[in-house]
Amino acid sequence: GGMLAAGLLLLLLAAGPGWAGAEQARRDVLREELLLSPLPAGDLAATFQFRTRWDADLQQGEVSHYRLFPKALGRLVAALGVRELHLALTQGFWRTRVWGQPPLQAPAGAELWVWFQPTVTDVDKAWKELSNILSGIFCASLNFIDSTNTVTPTASFKPLGIANGTDHSLLRYAVLPREVVCTENLTPWKKLLPCGSKAGLAVLLKAERLFHSSYHSQAVHIRPICRDASCLAVSWELRQTLTVVFDSFSSGQGKKDWSLFRMFSRTLTDACPLASQSKVYVDISPKSKEEELLEVTPTPASVHEAIVQGDKRTYAVYDLLSPSLFNTSRSLNVQLKWKRPQDSSELPTPILHAQRYVSGYGLQTGEISTLIYNTHPYRAFPVILLETVPWYLRLYVHTLTIITKGKENKPSYIHYQPAQDRKRPHLLEMLIQLPANSVTKITIQFERALLKWTEYPPDPNHGFYVSSSVLSALVPSITAMKHVDMEQSPLFTSLFPSSDGSSYFVRLYTEPLLVNLPTPDFSMPYNVICLTCTVVAVCYGSFYNLLTRTFHVEEPSRGRLAKRLANIIRKFRGVPPL
Amino acid sequence: VVEGLALLDLGVSPYSGAIFHETPLIIYLFHFLTEYAELVFMITDVLTAVALYLAVQDINKVVFKKQKLLIELDKYAPDVAELIQTPVEMHYIPLKVALFYLLNPYTVMSCVAKSTCAINNTVLAFFILATIKGSALLSAVFLALATYQSLYPLTLFAPALLYLLQHQFIPIKLKSKSFWLYTLQYAALYLGSLVVIICLSFFLLNSWNFIPSVYGFILSVPDLTPNIGLFWYFFAEMFEHFSLFFVCVFQINVFFYTIPLAIKLKEHPVFFMFVQLAIISIFKSYPTVGDIALYMAFLPVWSHLYRFLRNIFILSCVLIVCSLLFPVLWHLWIYAGSANSNFYYAITLTFNIGQILLVSDYFYAFLRREYYLTHGLHLTRQDGTEAMLVLK
Repeated sequence: GGMLAAGLLLLLLAAGPGWAGAEQARRDVLREELLLSPLPAGDLAATFQFRTRWDADLQQGEVSHYRLFPKALGRLVAALGVRELHLALTQGFWRTRVWGQPPLQAPAGAELWVWFQPTVTDVDKAWKELSNILSGIFCASLNFIDSTNTVTPTASFKPLGIANGTDHSLLRYAVLPREVVCTENLTPWKKLLPCGSKAGLAVLLKAERLFHSSYHSQAVHIRPICRDASCLAVSWELRQTLTVVFDSFSSGQGKKDWSLFRMFSRTLTDACPLASQSKVYVDISPKSKEEELLEVTPTPASVHEAIVQGDKRTYAVYDLLSPSLFNTSRSLNVQLKWKRPQDSSELPTPILHAQRYVSGYGLQTGEISTLIYNTHPYRAFPVILLETVPWYLRLYVHTLTIITKGKENKPSYIHYQPAQDRKRPHLLEMLIQLPANSVTKITIQFERALLKWTEYPPDPNHGFYVSSSVLSALVPSITAMKHVDMEQSPLFTSLFPSSDGSSYFVRLYTEPLLVNLPTPDFSMPYNVICLTCTVVAVCYGSFYNLLTRTFHVEEPSRGRLAKRLANIIRKFRGVPPL
Repeated sequence: VVEGLALLDLGVSPYSGAIFHETPLIIYLFHFLTEYAELVFMITDVLTAVALYLAVQDINKVVFKKQKLLIELDKYAPDVAELIQTPVEMHYIPLKVALFYLLNPYTVMSCVAKSTCAINNTVLAFFILATIKGSALLSAVFLALATYQSLYPLTLFAPALLYLLQHQFIPIKLKSKSFWLYTLQYAALYLGSLVVIICLSFFLLNSWNFIPSVYGFILSVPDLTPNIGLFWYFFAEMFEHFSLFFVCVFQINVFFYTIPLAIKLKEHPVFFMFVQLAIISIFKSYPTVGDIALYMAFLPVWSHLYRFLRNIFILSCVLIVCSLLFPVLWHLWIYAGSANSNFYYAITLTFNIGQILLVSDYFYAFLRREYYLTHGLHLTRQDGTEAMLVLK
């Protein structure tokens, strides 16, 4: 009896740590990071990244206890069979030519692209449910995503997490270019953060400063990643990124010196207690070899060097979790001062940038032109262009021309899915080779359709938006890049998987277009119905008369009232009667 | 069509989009002929004119024979000598018809625009020629081709049938067995050729996609691009609730004049064919000026009705002015932006009213002449005074 009890006790003791170990295996880790990069012309870009990595398999459905990973998103992923989800809400346009290559760009409006698991049978139904649920979570009108603006790309948007196979029928992509981003989209986004906006870097996210900027983009990315180097198990990663560009004229009141207080009207006081890492990086890369451009106060504790997007960059690092940071003052207000004024000749041109515009006159036809620039001096590389055009701009694919350096450039892969009226948009995907140091011009003509009067938005003469086209490319980098370990390196280097060190992945978006369509007169429905039916009735009446009546000799009628009256009047006048 | 060919080259079905609505036979015809497109359209116009010339020559012969028969049978009143058509005045009518077609500005515009309506017109002209010559097989084949291309020539089955029955001297009585026999024969020829052509199209592109794209498109009017017809603005301003109802009403409107006209005009199938062609051109879902050119080419055949036309001056003015205003108001709406869609719509209304009144005016004149032929030109009332004719 006693021996049995002691044995049971031993067993329990042995199993105890096992349970604790099982709890530990489901651990989740939060890292937060702020990257401040000064842009040419005195603007400043601030990129926040909050990354929660959870070592649990959401698909198996065995999780019920959510700690750092938000429950709304976790349940969504599990219930609808989502493998990858990327949602971005953006206001403004990233000017690649002036500001350089963006760390992560998003098109103006709302963009949602999702890879579903192969177990999902009805992808379109899952997509519709997903967009409705996300519309509720983020207070954005994502419920307007339907078949008229959803496409299934065949070459772009490959999965960013681990994937077993790429069956493109599981991918859906939609953009709502007319979507406006404002405070009520920021608030639910902040609520998903483990610390909310009460501690850590998220205290800087105050709406009245964030929306007073040239570019504001907030995004949510969920993807599965390898748990460790052997990649035997899957972890789920949630990244929330927010990029904002402060304009030196509107936000900085004309002065080019920046500080956290001037940008966000707040300073950092502590790190989020739930975070395992909380850092601020400031890009202090020297533009020329002689001297540095920026002076940063307070003096950074360490300096980090990395090769980002083909360039060697130097970052000043402030670790909010290190106890020595808040020794001297209770708050951290990073200040940047320009040491010497910048001239515009130092503006580096990014290797790949693009531009898109609409040309033509009148409301009948038009032409969409896309210009893609490859400024690399000696390397050529291919780029995948994805264009989604709404159905009411009828593209004529026989007018598609691609001209590089004056000669025709034939794409090596072209996938064109024509639109169907009121059902799906045009999808044009092409793989184009860009020779070194060249400009490629892609033009396609379209015809504008007349819509039914109920299909026009409330302000029809504002025009209709055509969503940005997407350029995906592996740009050859000037400096060779090393493979980055996702856990050790800063977050801004590990967003896109890199296959080899000689090129980096870039996804660019062009400008959205605004196109006018001919409008009918909206005040006229009753009038139009009456007039057209009158014309038809004229025909019907004439034909009815001619078909059903025959000619007769007219009989003189007698005793007509009108004739009698006329005769009476004639008698008064003295004129002979009729 | 060029877009359809480009889509075929890309390996995509031309009917998967919403731009291409022509039949597969047209695609294959133009596959070989894209290089010579202008020449092709000029040749089709010339062929149409030649077919009309030959057809009208035969129409004249038939008219003479009938007149002679009726004069011998003493069916005409004694004082209608001036109404009888003489060979002298009818000698130049076929030439006038061919010239009316070739020199019509509408035909020239169609040819320059390389509209496939010209091919429609050629097929219809050959159909008329085959019918007038009396060949039931050829007539059925051409009618099937015309119906295959745009659905509405189906209504020309009735006038063709009536003409062929008269040609074979079969009396048109519902109880007569030979009448039904011949009708069934002709219907079988027509339906058989139609089925053959549709199956051929299926084998050309290996799918039935063309049926909703071609016929579904004609019947359900999804594309609202402005044209010279009445439909586009009507459906642009329609309440969604009623759109199906009005689509059905408008489509029935084209087809339902056939039976009453057949009953009234069973002795005059050629005039019936003219009126039916005009009704198709006015009320089809996507009319073009090429359709108008075809039925206007027949007007010289009825030039003897001129004295009975009531409003011909006003109507010609309306038609000419509207044709001139069409491009002006289109430009003002779409390019200059200073006019509204209502301006263009108003011209559409006026133009269509002009056409409708033109056709009904000719119909009135035709019926009136028939009345005079049988009742005499100078009508007197019971008390000897001159009488007026009214429709009662």
